[in-house]
Amino acid sequence: MPTAVGAGVSHILGVSLVEMENELQQFIAVGLLMLVAIGMAVGMLVLPTILGKKRIHSPVKDSPYECGMPSETEAHTRFSVKFYLVAMLFILFDIEVVFFLGWAAVYRQLLGEIGYRMLAGGAVFLLILEVGHIYCWKKGALDWTPKKVSHE
Amino acid sequence: MSERIEIGIDQKVEGRDVIITRVDAAIDWMRKNSIWPMPMGLACCGIELMAAGASRFDIARFGAEVMRFSPRQSDLMIVAGTCVYKMAGVVKRVWDQMAEPKWCMAMGACASTGGMYRSYAVVQGVDQFMPVDVYISGCPPRPEAVLEGLMAIQRQIQQEPALKNMKREQRAASYAQPRGPIIIRGDYAPKVTAQ
Repeated sequence: MPTAVGAGVSHILGVSLVEMENELQQFIAVGLLMLVAIGMAVGMLVLPTILGKKRIHSPVKDSPYECGMPSETEAHTRFSVKFYLVAMLFILFDIEVVFFLGWAAVYRQLLGEIGYRMLAGGAVFLLILEVGHIYCWKKGALDWTPKKVSHE
Repeated sequence: MSERIEIGIDQKVEGRDVIITRVDAAIDWMRKNSIWPMPMGLACCGIELMAAGASRFDIARFGAEVMRFSPRQSDLMIVAGTCVYKMAGVVKRVWDQMAEPKWCMAMGACASTGGMYRSYAVVQGVDQFMPVDVYISGCPPRPEAVLEGLMAIQRQIQQEPALKNMKREQRAASYAQPRGPIIIRGDYAPKVTAQ
């Protein structure tokens, strides 16, 4: 209904927004807002292309800014993956410690009920963990710096 | 000097709240009121430059308070202080990395001429390796002199053809030439009378 839409616009530009009962008409304001937003964005893109000047390039200008000094190395350097490894091992052993917390919380209570098996179960679990721990240790995964540094 | 200022209250349409102007005058007007300086504080003049930026002298009144420590975002290089040969390469490199349009102000005797350092280590004026638009005398200049230099650059900007159709190489060459040069000799030192 074009007449209704026109009436809605006059309402927005006029005084009484309250009188609009049609729900669709309430979105005219949102539509106008979107139009303004799109218009501003397009205007900001179009105006510089008309009025602006093309960038002047030069090798110095296109090089990285290092406070006026020539950059010594590349910005993307290679670094050790040790942090990733240690972080992953931490998560592994951390979750295992969480299992121990529950075990320790009920330890005294269950020691009276099922006796030494309570201790043995925990010991077996710990033993399995320790095998993995010693393996990591021997492999040097916990050393922050590698023992043999090979410069190619 | 021909005045090309075509924006302001004298362009007001009679009886209306409308100011008419030309597009390039409007662009120049926006440019000159939003100069972002690159503070190349090399020596003691840098302290006076800081004073010019602080509240008593308040460079923000001229729209130039946004000190940018990156050449990508700055319009005006203020070389404040003694430029030794070791630093000259750095100054030149930062200047070359600044985007056009750009302006340069040599603040103080050292940056302008080498000052009292007539020595093998000091560049006798930064205009030996880069274009300088405004020279400010003084050792160091008062902050008011810096502001006067800034206003001189603003007048210069207002007269520049912002929309002139030039090839990129021509434009680069035009920016490599100093505009002016404008020399600020304002005596702003407080007067001391001998008793």
